[in-house]
Amino acid sequence: MVSSGGRLFEGADWDFHTLQRIHDACQEIAHSELGLDVYPNQIEVITAEQMLDAYSSVGMPLFYKHWSFGKQFAFQEASYRKGLMGLAYEIVINSSPCISYLMEENTATMQTLVIAHAAFGHNHFFKNNYLFKQWTDADGILDYLEFAKGYIAACEDRHGRETVERTLDAAHALMSHGIDRYPGKKTLDLRAEEKRAGERRQHEESVFNDLWRTVPNTKAKSKSAMTAERRRALLGLPQENILYFLEKTAPRLHPWQREIIRIVRHIAQYFYPQSQTKVMNEGTATYVHYRIMNRLHKQDRISDGNFLEFLQSHTNVVFQPDFDDRRWSGFNPYALGFAMMQDIERIVTSPEDEDREWFPDIAGKGDVEGVLREIWSNYRDESFIGQFLSPALIRRFRMFHLHDDPAESAGIKVDAIHDERGYRRVRRELSRQYDVGFVDANIEVIDVDLAGDRRLMLRHTTVKDAQLNETDARRVLQHLADLWTYDVVLTEVDASDKVLKEYAVSPRAAAVAA
Amino acid sequence: MVMHIVDRRLNPGSKSLENRQRFLRRAKALVQGAVKKSSQDRDIKDVLEGGEVTIPLDGMDEPRFRREGGTRDMVLPGNKKFVEGDWLPRPNQSGGKGSSAGEGDSEDAFRFVLSRDEFVDLFLDDLELPDLAKRKLAETESEGIQRAGYSTSGSPANISISRTVSRALARRVALRRPRKDEIEALEAELAECDDATRRQELLALLEALKAKVKRIPFIDPIDIRYRRFETVPKPVAQAVMFCLMDVSGSMSEHMKDLAKRFYMLLYVFLKRRYKHVEIVFIRHTDRAEEVDEDTFFHGPASGGTLVSSALVAMNEIVRTRFRPADWNIYAAQASDGDNMTSDSALTGQLLTDKILPVCQFFAYLEVGEAANYTFDMPDSSLWTLYERLRNEGAPLSMRKVSERGEIFPVFQDLFKRRSKQERVA
Repeated sequence: MVSSGGRLFEGADWDFHTLQRIHDACQEIAHSELGLDVYPNQIEVITAEQMLDAYSSVGMPLFYKHWSFGKQFAFQEASYRKGLMGLAYEIVINSSPCISYLMEENTATMQTLVIAHAAFGHNHFFKNNYLFKQWTDADGILDYLEFAKGYIAACEDRHGRETVERTLDAAHALMSHGIDRYPGKKTLDLRAEEKRAGERRQHEESVFNDLWRTVPNTKAKSKSAMTAERRRALLGLPQENILYFLEKTAPRLHPWQREIIRIVRHIAQYFYPQSQTKVMNEGTATYVHYRIMNRLHKQDRISDGNFLEFLQSHTNVVFQPDFDDRRWSGFNPYALGFAMMQDIERIVTSPEDEDREWFPDIAGKGDVEGVLREIWSNYRDESFIGQFLSPALIRRFRMFHLHDDPAESAGIKVDAIHDERGYRRVRRELSRQYDVGFVDANIEVIDVDLAGDRRLMLRHTTVKDAQLNETDARRVLQHLADLWTYDVVLTEVDASDKVLKEYAVSPRAAAVAA
Repeated sequence: MVMHIVDRRLNPGSKSLENRQRFLRRAKALVQGAVKKSSQDRDIKDVLEGGEVTIPLDGMDEPRFRREGGTRDMVLPGNKKFVEGDWLPRPNQSGGKGSSAGEGDSEDAFRFVLSRDEFVDLFLDDLELPDLAKRKLAETESEGIQRAGYSTSGSPANISISRTVSRALARRVALRRPRKDEIEALEAELAECDDATRRQELLALLEALKAKVKRIPFIDPIDIRYRRFETVPKPVAQAVMFCLMDVSGSMSEHMKDLAKRFYMLLYVFLKRRYKHVEIVFIRHTDRAEEVDEDTFFHGPASGGTLVSSALVAMNEIVRTRFRPADWNIYAAQASDGDNMTSDSALTGQLLTDKILPVCQFFAYLEVGEAANYTFDMPDSSLWTLYERLRNEGAPLSMRKVSERGEIFPVFQDLFKRRSKQERVA
């Protein structure tokens, strides 16, 4: 009754030709209908075990070796085997070409969903979002990882596994504070970076001359000449990128240690945009696959049965449990992102009076794809929610805002709900939940006396009285002191500069000797 | 735009293996502790199947700066009845905070699955064959045969056809032996030729070529090559394990169980070292016989006790089936210690002269009742005998065991890595 001439596939089976046909069909829709601009695609078919492997190296196809990835692997393997955890259908890598991993046991419908989701949705987002453009280098990342892997392996051969592991442990502990949050003069070019590292090493080797060690040291310059102000300016203080500061300033690090810190820092920076765009990234990809799948179904290129199969997994993906549900574990970025994209589509095509009042710029504009592309390019989660979460959506999710002040004995206050008085407050608070400035502790290097006792001073400016967990803070500071090789002091202060707590940590003997 | 599909399924898997090994190395002490602990209350057989272990997270943590406490604001979905200005009671501190309490638990302990090999490796990690055995291990080598190129002489069965033919071809080419088609072409020309002088020339040419063919044979004896074989020394990769047990009436089920556990551990341990391990079960009362495993542990038997009979049987089996040059021989004897006093001299002599010289390792395990009373009693006749032999310098290992839980420590004790000077007690 239905001609299967246009069908991409029948049933659940697929082969590589099917994948190619699916990709081409998706591409056709992505280009002509959605106007997406993507990196070339590379689709890799992998097994469940390889998916587990990829999980434990933060999803990257190649990565340097470290025990912590093994720990993660052991943990994930255990919960996967017990059936506690399902595997993702796909992993996609922000690189050019854009690599998507597809699991071999996916059905043909799932492969279509995944290709539309990852190879077009995520891919477009990676290529066009301003954060990714600013902070990541899709062309160079795979080469850089290759370099990092080789470099660290070479270091292990030269300096011993344990020594290198200690440096990596320390750098990992500080990874979340190895990020430049604001664009500076440097743009990241990982290929040049890799080349420079090689050149640096070569230069060192070529100019090494043992004679220099025999030359007596020149007298130190007079200490008083340098004022505290000038010293801080020279060191670029205050500095929130602790790893960068260590790499450039730590007095006793070996060159290879600085390079390792640099590698960890670059990788942290590469992932920085992803942590800031979870809702948008997944929202975009989910919206794109939803549009493409619907179009394919309308064109009769996938059967009703397969479309129902798609709808079922789609519904699971965008399911948002309520806060009092046992399955509640925070907002589901797929659900929130997808709902917002659809809501924007509604506002652009058939707005109501309320929407015209809240979104005069886009309400009734008509060009859904244009508006969305514009948003996908120029926002991150915080600003996206801050501007585009509509009252209609707040009502639909029945969002409410709780304020929990430990000093208040009466309990937790319901500060705002989905009503006229509450919309803006709910929206502001939700947007703040996605602001990295609020999520990560604000810790800065404020001073160091390089001429004196070389003590490194850090300051944690608390927000809303949240202090650091003491056990973890001490451990991280221990790592920091081991890299710095002199004492480290961290002061926690509140907004009015009142000191709340002070940590002082000395380096371990082994670290100093190294 | 071109799309590439890459099939990665055939790529070597376990990319994370190296990371996993690093993790295990780092957590070694902890994992080992967990393995030992879990192996105490389970059957040896089950334990060595591998399985899940739980280790505390201390020392394996990856600290990060984390914030806690303070004023918290959150936006949640699914409001059903709250209005602005409501006050909600705080969830009580002990049981509340569902999600964070769950996280806390998983932070303290870390569970994961070890494979069988990893498990056995860790289980037996700090154990080693005693020095004595290692010395012997180096000596005991057998000869194997290995290909070693070609030679000009050898037996006809070893002719290498391909090598011979290719050498013949090379020789024919080098000496310019006329080819068959060359001669045929000349003969054809001769048959058609009318010119007399030309015919003469052709005839002469043909004559010369045919003579040359005769001079240069198709295959010459100097072409022939033989495959050459060499004998090389090969380390012995097989072991035989003798289980000797007294099954006289005085041995209770409990004692046999203890012995069985010890044999099993020894088997697993040897299996790790040698490719091929055979087991010989010899049970004895006042006479010895070789039996299968089931009879060994469960078959009924009665009679007096003559240890020497088992040693005679073992010696006989070694002589007929297990040449000491080819086999690493291990023996473990279990007994309650009773032996006829008149048998002592013979037993001692057999042991020192026949058995110990061919064995890598001889262990004597004296099993007692769970009540532990054996240790209050005077030493048994066999123990006294063996102790005397050991003091005279015989390489014997001996231990007393009366409870299940002691088996592994005793085993570990016997095979513990130790310094060169320290002898196996």
